[in-house]
Amino acid sequence: MAVRKPPITTREYWAPGHAACAGCGPAIVMRLATKAFSEAMEEKYGDPNAFAIAHATGCMEVVSGVFPYTSWKAPWIHVAFENAAAVASGVEAAWKKLGRKGKILAIGGDGGTADIGLQALSGMLERRHNVVYLMYDNEAYMNTGIQRSSSTPYGAWTTTSPPGKYSIGEDKPKKWVALIAAAHQIPYVATASIGDPYDFYRKMKKAASVDGPAFVQVLAPCVPGWRIPPEKTVEVAKLAIETGLWPLFEIENGDFHNIKFQRFPKDGKFKKPIEDYLRLQGRFKHLFKRPEAIQELKNQIKELWRILGKEVELP
Amino acid sequence: MPMKKVMKGNEAAAWAAKLAKPKVVAAFPITPSTLVPEKISEFVADGEMDAEFIKVESEHSAISACVGASAAGVRTFTATASQGLALMHEVLFIAAGMRLPIVMAIGNRALSAPINIWNDWQDTISERDTGWMQFYAENNQEALDLILIAFKVAEDERVLLPAMVGFDAFILTHTVEPVEIPDQEVVDEFLGEYVPKHAYLDPARPITQGALGFPAHYMEARYTVWEAMENARKVIKEVFDEFEKKFGRRYHMIEEYKTDDAEIILLTMGSLAGTLKEFVDKKREEGIKIGAAKMTVYRPFPIEEIRALAKKAKVLAILEKDISFGIGGAVFADTSRALINEKEKPIMLDFILGLGGRDVTFENLEEVVEISKKALEGEKVEEINWIGLRKEIL
Repeated sequence: MAVRKPPITTREYWAPGHAACAGCGPAIVMRLATKAFSEAMEEKYGDPNAFAIAHATGCMEVVSGVFPYTSWKAPWIHVAFENAAAVASGVEAAWKKLGRKGKILAIGGDGGTADIGLQALSGMLERRHNVVYLMYDNEAYMNTGIQRSSSTPYGAWTTTSPPGKYSIGEDKPKKWVALIAAAHQIPYVATASIGDPYDFYRKMKKAASVDGPAFVQVLAPCVPGWRIPPEKTVEVAKLAIETGLWPLFEIENGDFHNIKFQRFPKDGKFKKPIEDYLRLQGRFKHLFKRPEAIQELKNQIKELWRILGKEVELP
Repeated sequence: MPMKKVMKGNEAAAWAAKLAKPKVVAAFPITPSTLVPEKISEFVADGEMDAEFIKVESEHSAISACVGASAAGVRTFTATASQGLALMHEVLFIAAGMRLPIVMAIGNRALSAPINIWNDWQDTISERDTGWMQFYAENNQEALDLILIAFKVAEDERVLLPAMVGFDAFILTHTVEPVEIPDQEVVDEFLGEYVPKHAYLDPARPITQGALGFPAHYMEARYTVWEAMENARKVIKEVFDEFEKKFGRRYHMIEEYKTDDAEIILLTMGSLAGTLKEFVDKKREEGIKIGAAKMTVYRPFPIEEIRALAKKAKVLAILEKDISFGIGGAVFADTSRALINEKEKPIMLDFILGLGGRDVTFENLEEVVEISKKALEGEKVEEINWIGLRKEIL
């Protein structure tokens, strides 16, 4: 009887025993991303280990590399907060000269990517380095507590966007780095969510397989930052997709006219209301006393879909 | 046979990089060092240099890419100046802390504000505590030689620290001088190939670099940088000896000129040393017992050499193109530390001059000598003196 190959490799590069919180979304990202990478490397170069990781400062870097321990079973380097893409550029150039086959994986959170690291990211993409940049998006600076980033969604509570008499919480729309990355007309850009691990896995594999730079932005809920119980991480991430709040898409070569969508309802009508997503999280609790803020959030999501070329209905 | 070519300081730096055969160069253009990446681009375009040249979007990314490349185990070079170096500041500490022997050429330039593209040493002086070794060139030949020397010292297993080589903006970067270009084979023999045992990103031997150091380990990690810098004193001298054997040119931590019977010794760095030698000759003709000294290596600070030099002088006048606000010149402060517990020490005076490209004239130097002479005669003078300052426009 033929044995089916498991859909996700059993190889591990993210060792157990790291210091992340129970139910940590980004930790799931690290494990899946490296597994997908190794499978892509095996298919492309015949060597599952043919990659190295350049990590921006952030919670995943901190919990995984506390000297003298390490969670990484792959060559791994951390330099600073804003330069993972630039460091990856250097590693890639060195590998080229050493004749080493493989690809570099750069990893940053939303702070290290959408904010302080955006310039280095742009430079790396524009120069066409053979690097996959993975942005794990937990929608705030979680390493230093819970401060807003430009990737924090409208209405969310953080310690620097607290709701109050004159504030509804974060008052700016979320910045979508995937679209900025796609504007560089690089081979591959995708969004993903740990709420759909197979889709994320497939996209990471594809990102690792293309020649040249690729960018993946993955939603990765943060248990303390989002005020959710540890067992709800994946459920929340799933609801983000099902309510239309987190579009899953792929853009190749910056071709905005041919965006591939995943799990998009045929009629454009999302069945679950975003309130289902918001209600699970302490960071949006205050919005339920401010229905106009929830409406504003819906308007912003519709606008995002419109930019992506889709008219949607949100219940 | 080594060939002689007339070239600018920036070209000399680019030639040094070519001869050292780095596998990765990452740089961003900045005045006055722009010609370094330009020249390297030409070398690469013509196939004369077999390096990956990453044309980064900022100096911060230049040094970050160098850290990535060096951590992956290859010889790495960059060049910058002034604001560009300041933009690298954060990563300079990291490069040293990670023990990566990157070499960087710097066209020493003033820092804003006001914005100013001309020469002083405030850029490199401001980075003296990063853990990078610092060399200062007097002329274009030294710019070339010291970059080769810097690679050799930086990559020595007793050291493994990055190094910067400064040469004065415009005075050297844009001035043509005859420079001897050593033979490639001799440079190859001198430098050898860089094969690190501590820094590589090899899937066959996965290691973690740049981990988090808790209080239980951080201090020891910093101590190893201190220790490496202490080791560098010995290694630099060894490399100076070897360089002389291979290339015939002699370098010293501190090079002295007519100091043996001098009462007043003027100590400086960089291109000003050339001016001082000429000035010393002039004053000697007038019968003034004066000598000059040039500090080639500023980090590690040549403590023993300063002590030996100080024994010869009654007045040690330090001439420097930098200022540490609230205390005085940085070289003066460091020199004072070297002499603090010496039983006999000269009167020490500091002269801040030439900031932002202001010419240092013989008139200025006369003023330095006048003040030094007064001090020698027991008159009370200021410890910190701004020379050539246009008080009338204040």
